[in-house]
Amino acid sequence: MKTGVVVFPGSNCDRDLMVALELVTGVRPVALWHADPEIPAGLDLVALPGGFSHGDYLRSGAIAARAPVMRAVATHAARGGLVLGICNGFQVLTEAGLLPGALIRNAGLDFLCRDVALEVVTADSPFTRAYAAGATITVPIAHHDGNYQADAATLDRLEQEGQVAFRYAEDVNGSARRIAGILNEGRNVLGMMPHPERCVEEAHGNQDGRRLFEGLLKVLA
Amino acid sequence: MTAVTPEIVADHGLSPDEYALILEHLGRAPNLLELGIFSVMWSEHCSYKSSRLHLARLPTEAPWVIQGPGENAGAVAIGTDPEGNPLAAVFKMESHNHPSFIEPYQGAATGVGGILRDVFTMGARPVALLDALSFGAPDHPRTRHLVRGVVAGIGGYGNCVGVPTVGGEVRFHPSYNGNILVNAMCVGVARADRLFRSAAAGVGNPVVYVGSATGRDGIHGATMASAEFDASSEEKRPTVQVGDPFLEKLLIEACLELMATDAVIAIQDMGAAGLTSSSVEMASKGGVGIRLDLERVPARETGMTPYEFMLSESQERMLMVLKPGREAEAEAIFRKWGLAFAVIGEITSTGRLQLFFHGEQVANLPLGPLSEGAPKYDRPWVRTPPPPPLADAPASADLLRDLVQLMGSPDLASRRWVWEQYDHMVGADTVVRPGGDAAVVRVHGTRMALALTADCTPRYCAADPVAGGAQAVAEAWRNLTAAGATPLAITDCMNFAAPTDPVVMGQFVGCIEGMRAACLALDFPVVSGNVSLYNETEGRKIQPTPSIGGVGLLADWAEAATPAFKAAGETIWLVGETRGHLGQSLWLRECRGREDGPPPPVDLAAERAAGDWVRRMIAERRVTAVHDLSDGGLLVALAEMALGGGIGAAIALPEGAATAMAFGEDQGRYLATTPAGTELPPCPVPLVRLGETGGAALAVEGHGAIPLEALRAAHERFFPALMGSAAKAMG
Repeated sequence: MKTGVVVFPGSNCDRDLMVALELVTGVRPVALWHADPEIPAGLDLVALPGGFSHGDYLRSGAIAARAPVMRAVATHAARGGLVLGICNGFQVLTEAGLLPGALIRNAGLDFLCRDVALEVVTADSPFTRAYAAGATITVPIAHHDGNYQADAATLDRLEQEGQVAFRYAEDVNGSARRIAGILNEGRNVLGMMPHPERCVEEAHGNQDGRRLFEGLLKVLA
Repeated sequence: MTAVTPEIVADHGLSPDEYALILEHLGRAPNLLELGIFSVMWSEHCSYKSSRLHLARLPTEAPWVIQGPGENAGAVAIGTDPEGNPLAAVFKMESHNHPSFIEPYQGAATGVGGILRDVFTMGARPVALLDALSFGAPDHPRTRHLVRGVVAGIGGYGNCVGVPTVGGEVRFHPSYNGNILVNAMCVGVARADRLFRSAAAGVGNPVVYVGSATGRDGIHGATMASAEFDASSEEKRPTVQVGDPFLEKLLIEACLELMATDAVIAIQDMGAAGLTSSSVEMASKGGVGIRLDLERVPARETGMTPYEFMLSESQERMLMVLKPGREAEAEAIFRKWGLAFAVIGEITSTGRLQLFFHGEQVANLPLGPLSEGAPKYDRPWVRTPPPPPLADAPASADLLRDLVQLMGSPDLASRRWVWEQYDHMVGADTVVRPGGDAAVVRVHGTRMALALTADCTPRYCAADPVAGGAQAVAEAWRNLTAAGATPLAITDCMNFAAPTDPVVMGQFVGCIEGMRAACLALDFPVVSGNVSLYNETEGRKIQPTPSIGGVGLLADWAEAATPAFKAAGETIWLVGETRGHLGQSLWLRECRGREDGPPPPVDLAAERAAGDWVRRMIAERRVTAVHDLSDGGLLVALAEMALGGGIGAAIALPEGAATAMAFGEDQGRYLATTPAGTELPPCPVPLVRLGETGGAALAVEGHGAIPLEALRAAHERFFPALMGSAAKAMG
């Protein structure tokens, strides 16, 4: 399985994501520089890491969404290639129009870093297939702008089409319908605020995130 | 240029005697720019003029020390990476007290930014941040505003830069009402054979400026930080710098990328006193001279004067000396990261700081008087008289009711509200998260881990500076030990009131004496530090606060111990002697409203014996949970272990007066658990079997029981209640 991790100025979970991907796939991901308009051919997965791309100035993810590399990421997605955006990566995907809705300031206004319980809403995607639908997993969050919002029609459609991938077991940041992660219509693009790369090995004290990467491996092996 | 008058000299914080000394060194009057340079270099903040004499008494050496005080940060050896390359832990703690009181968000944020630069300047990748915070009384009208701003500022900077904030401490005391303390500590990891230092070398080599452009912010911040506060201090807001953590993140990546080549000869961050102190320190440490052409300095604003260029404290800037001919290679790296890069001068052989502006010489000063030749004072001091012992034997009417009160008190309540605003996991190497004795962070790519802690008990230091200084070091050592780590070294951040008061100077000298004794007894040298004086407002002085940042090493992260009870039915042991010392205890303060008596004595030999034994028990995996005893004593430590594991306990107090046994703060003690039936090997200090874990309550024989949920509710209530009401008040 060939993977690439985009590095924007201000990305700060790029290394953690590369470590997690290498741990599970056995192959070191390629670093993709934000200013490059091309990505290497033959990548199975392009991942957008957490962090504060461009300092989150203007709006979280807004500047990164217009980086040259994002045209290549959109092309990759349109061809059915897998795209995973975590935290700031999710924000970039919504700003780039690859996923609907927006992530606004947490309802409590404070940055929040803690373990949260997540419901796996659907196992019908390359990212969630190694989980059981309805299962509860524990994954850390670390964000200031994780409050997912979209208009009611969009939210209804996401629910009806099974595009809600993860839901917070309890309200943590004000997200509409407690949405923590969503899929696109083609189910090949996933954006999620929680950090699965922070719970993949024994030292993390919890390995619930590991199955997300293992599921991808099964799809692509 | 403006002529220098006595008023201008006074405005620059220089005494008439100091100005006379400048005239003597120069053989002429300085111009305004030169006076400004002297004023910041001779400020307490840069020159350590009141403290140097005493700091020299601290032990700074051990076989594992690679870099002691005097560089941007200290460094200790921590083993090797998987390829066999030697690694070093690089760390330092520094104050940002005055700016944080004036503008809490930016003051705290730039404190974090500054300490990060001190560490990556050494060639280390920052891997952890800690913050030791002292606020005024919770009900003081400014406290909530300051807590909110400082915590948000620390989070805002550290979270964005992507370095986890894993620990620290927060205390409240009225002595900080007008002068809070914000002490930030950063720890990094570097190749021990590739540490970078600040001594410039090589006549003709280019002096390079990188990072953010220079603006007019923070001019005279170092002088401001060296003066007492008065009612007009808020007018000093323009001297507080504004941080840009995004730019810092780029600067870290660009500097580390350049440092991976061999192009850098010397590097120094521009912290307090900006371009002045960085250029003077680099040239004087290298025994060379330096020439700068100030019109080449990247500027954020037009029309800036040489005075403003030299005294600006704009953040996220570095000065480097490169090998000749390597400019293009370096510039390409900085351009890639979107950062300013400019050759602004060269190294000379003159031993002088020569500044030019559009070809005209605007300053020409000998380097010696600016650095090593700065004034050094042996200020008069008086020893703090030891407080009399408690005249009575105060007793609690209800131990468990008092325990609930203590667990919900400002200094013992859960800090969850604080550390959940810090990304404490970024890097995916945080093995033990905030809330325990020490945080544990894996050394990336290895099995090794660093244990990190920040400690001080200012009320002990105020009552008896020598005992308090020793206790602060001993508690840091104990916290690292309780995590199973071998303590390696400390960084100290010495926060005191005005040194011109012999009582304050006596506190400083006393704390140093105690720290010295503890460092020697525990093989725990000082490798870096910082001094912050004049922490007082209109004569109200802070309690002496020598914050100690401790670093320890675990050979394997999986060996880390934590305080949480692991299972029901385990045996609970108390390690160390309990005499029931209630003087200066939190119980006395919180439950009796008294702050009297001597602090607990520190028996360093017993401390060491207990700690070495506990560490061995952890390494041999004989114990399942370990916690150090400090503020609040035995019952508080027990409650913390129970809440951590969600498992209750039933114990009997050691024989003696119940209140003193329950809440006495005798030093050198730990609680530990073992599976039922385990016998422990002989212990060099008293070892008492207290009882066993289990149930959903804390039961104390003869004193009843309290449900864990009642303890948890009290423990978790304080911060949200304090800050929630602040949010409402702010609309």
